[in-house]
Amino acid sequence: MKGRIVSISGATIRADLAGAKVGDRVYVGTARLTGEVVRLERDMATIQVFEEVRGLGVGEPVVSAGGPLAVSLGPGLLGGIFDGLQRPLTVLRSQGGDFMQSGQDSFPMDRTTEYRFETECRPGDEVQTGDPLGWVMEGHIRHPVLSPVGGRISKIHAGLATLETPLVHFKAGDAVKLWHAWPVRQPRPRKTRQVPGVPLVTGQRCLDFLFPLLKGGVAIVPGGFGTGKTVLEQSIAKFADVDVVVYVGCGERGNEMAGLLDEFGDLRDQKSGRPLAERTIIVANTSNMPVAARESSIFTAVTMAEYYRDMGLDVLLLADSLSRWAEALREISSALEEMPGEDGYPTYLGSRLANFIERAGVVETTTGAQGSLTMILAVSPPGADFAEPVTQSCLRVAGTLWILDTRLAHRRHFPAVDWTQSYSLYSEHAASHFADRHTGWGGVRDRCRDLLQREESLREVAEVVGMEGLQERDRLLMEMAERIRLDFLCQNSFTEDAFSSPQATVERITRLIEEYDRALGQLDTGATLEEVLREAKDATF
Amino acid sequence: MRLSEHAYQTVSALRGPLLFLEQTFAARIGELVTIISPEGRRMDGEVLKVDGGQVLIQVYGETQGLDCERTLVVLQDTVKQAPLGDGVLGRVFDGSFVPRDQLPMFIPERWAPISGAPMNPVAREHPEEMIETGISCIDGLNTLVKGQKLPIFSCAGLPARELTDQLLSQARLPGGGPFVVVFVAVGLTHFEYTYYRETLAGMEDRFVAFVNLADDPVVERLLAPRLGLTVAEDLGFRCGMDVLVIMADMTNYCDALREIATAREELPGRRGYPGHMYSDLASLYERAGRVHGRSGSVTILPVVTMPEDDITHPIPDLTGYITEGQIVLSRELHQKGIFPPVDVLPSLSRLMQNGIGPGQTRDDHRDLVNRLYRAYAKGCDLRRLEAVVGRDGMLEEDRKILDFADRFEADFVHQGDQRRSIDGTLDCGKQLLADFGLLS
Repeated sequence: MKGRIVSISGATIRADLAGAKVGDRVYVGTARLTGEVVRLERDMATIQVFEEVRGLGVGEPVVSAGGPLAVSLGPGLLGGIFDGLQRPLTVLRSQGGDFMQSGQDSFPMDRTTEYRFETECRPGDEVQTGDPLGWVMEGHIRHPVLSPVGGRISKIHAGLATLETPLVHFKAGDAVKLWHAWPVRQPRPRKTRQVPGVPLVTGQRCLDFLFPLLKGGVAIVPGGFGTGKTVLEQSIAKFADVDVVVYVGCGERGNEMAGLLDEFGDLRDQKSGRPLAERTIIVANTSNMPVAARESSIFTAVTMAEYYRDMGLDVLLLADSLSRWAEALREISSALEEMPGEDGYPTYLGSRLANFIERAGVVETTTGAQGSLTMILAVSPPGADFAEPVTQSCLRVAGTLWILDTRLAHRRHFPAVDWTQSYSLYSEHAASHFADRHTGWGGVRDRCRDLLQREESLREVAEVVGMEGLQERDRLLMEMAERIRLDFLCQNSFTEDAFSSPQATVERITRLIEEYDRALGQLDTGATLEEVLREAKDATF
Repeated sequence: MRLSEHAYQTVSALRGPLLFLEQTFAARIGELVTIISPEGRRMDGEVLKVDGGQVLIQVYGETQGLDCERTLVVLQDTVKQAPLGDGVLGRVFDGSFVPRDQLPMFIPERWAPISGAPMNPVAREHPEEMIETGISCIDGLNTLVKGQKLPIFSCAGLPARELTDQLLSQARLPGGGPFVVVFVAVGLTHFEYTYYRETLAGMEDRFVAFVNLADDPVVERLLAPRLGLTVAEDLGFRCGMDVLVIMADMTNYCDALREIATAREELPGRRGYPGHMYSDLASLYERAGRVHGRSGSVTILPVVTMPEDDITHPIPDLTGYITEGQIVLSRELHQKGIFPPVDVLPSLSRLMQNGIGPGQTRDDHRDLVNRLYRAYAKGCDLRRLEAVVGRDGMLEEDRKILDFADRFEADFVHQGDQRRSIDGTLDCGKQLLADFGLLS
């Protein structure tokens, strides 16, 4: 299908493209910029272009790619750094230089790498759609090759194969390769959805202990600027106990991505001891890269994440930040002159968001394995006002809320998780899981919460009467709550302390609570507060 | 490519800074146009929208005096480019790259599109070498590093101009080396300009300035930062210099953006600012950075006046989400006579972690900062308590911290017009901590 550009307004163009379908990928202009058909009126297609359109002229050709916007899936994605359209940034740099150019295209995986294809099938076997044909290994991850069609096998290629080697031939003439394409806006198939039950250990004491997240669950992290969303997300990306991490830098800072790339190159995965980069896929669409590609970047990322989930792995998707994605949606919607909803966001913000977030979960895959896809999504509410549409839409679908508080951040209390307003709907699931392994988990957690709660109310009193005016027992509580805040809730992501195992977490808080009980006992037996506090201070950590 | 430029006399409408042209052939989006008024006045414009033969053009200049019959519009078949070369150094231009210093235009060695191209994220080198501004609150507590973008949030009536002035003349590399300041002034009053002119005069050829005055065309406010950044990228990434771009006052830039967006009948967002303001500001600020394998750098220091002293106003809010930290000025400190009146607690430099400490500044830098910060934060908390219960109702230890907070403001934050080296800054902080027994 071919047509010509009729009008251009920003990154939205119109072209006469007879026979196009909504969602089709198209190549726009002589520079072959990637675009997506978003609207059709008879033969006139409205196309959203994902690249810089400067220099595009009316009358230039538009060609349909014949299918929807899709990503390529196969071995070799791990360790990759892609833009919002899954183009490999390292390759783009070697082809086009340090600055991005429009119209560049490249295959996301290395076509020359050889994998050993192992199979138990034999020529003459009859297989159904979705049956396993064999597998290859990418590092320690086993990629099954599933049959896209049913039929009788005529020929099999065993041994070393590249991505383009035809592995299995069918009598009907089809051949199967190591990679396939999958439309980004269509969830990958699964047998059943299951109920999440296993906690995802983030290594952050405050989160794991007070507001746990389950594998297959969704956490949202709203916070004003400077509250440490990015540092928290990157820290979790490094230490979370999952098999694969997909990190989406969606409309955020380029320097932060550079820092992430540097660090991931140096660090090693705690579980496997291999470089962290080998379990990570990065999708980088910084704030100055084209807006429409920012919108597609989270779908590109979640499709790759689902691909690894389908191998029975635990996958974590981190997005920073969903607000930038929503703003991209708003810009596109406004360019299409759609009727705006709240704050100018399109009215389909909530449903589009749900389409994305509901792709998280624990599933039984088509091959019968169990895989999970967990999401941690940062939100940047304007003016740190959580009443705005993006935060509110997220709250409707997320199970865990980690609110980052500006006042805590100003006091350099990091992670600046507000323990009075954050919540987790998975608390009891996680607690029962942890309680089996670490004695006292549930009880200590309730004590800790209670202490922090009482400190909050006492603080209001102290603001009026002063610390001197408080009773000794209350002053002791204030002192101990402060120690819990500083020694337990605070965690420095730039030191050894960046990861705390559940065992270390529960031990640390148990010690603090025990100390509080001992001090209370001493106070009751007649010691003065000063003596008790001095002793508590001397008890070193 | 067209073989020749196209000239048209088919203007159908003029609306604010916008010009509508009919019956054009193969116009390109972003294409540069030259507009010649009936009296022969020439100005530039840019194609914003093409619909068949109809073209919408944004005029960079005053549209007064244009008409529909005789105005000539020439499509140039190229995008807007900036002239570049060593000749820019030591010069002052306006928002259209016309010399403002009564000297002839320099001879360009090369040209580059002013919109720039996004840097490939994998080509970026993480910023980690400090720039010494001579201001203790920045160098010591919120270190600025090469390739960073760090805004100054000011309020109306605060001495932002004096601070900008100091940064212009005092900033340098701690180890010396080729260092250039690109000064972009947007919507500057004549009164302020007289001060800056004096400072610039004393800087020889270590600067390039783009000055858009308050009564210059509004559209040029959108151009000036882009011209400045294109020059900065050329000096930084091509010539290998370390470039600091100071942009004042970006609130005027955002207001100009709103004005143009309204003229284009775009859907207004929060407080009337366009929905694409985040992306627009990012397209400027993200041009800061360093590139693997190249020696220069571009660092951006925008000055933003917060309307109504409100940090949640869309301008400072969106800026804060793009930049890597912020330096916040405080009215309270200014009234106490402290200069620069930097409010230490909400100020932050996200990239300082890698720019300080052993091998960068001094081994004790990080430790000193943490101690100063903690003590001062506690002092500020206690001040609130003091206001309620009075000094006598407080513990001895707390009274000491209160005194520390006062001394910290008077000795460390306050420095008048004196420049402090990073060593001077750290020594000052260390002395202060030692005086109050807070070092061990």
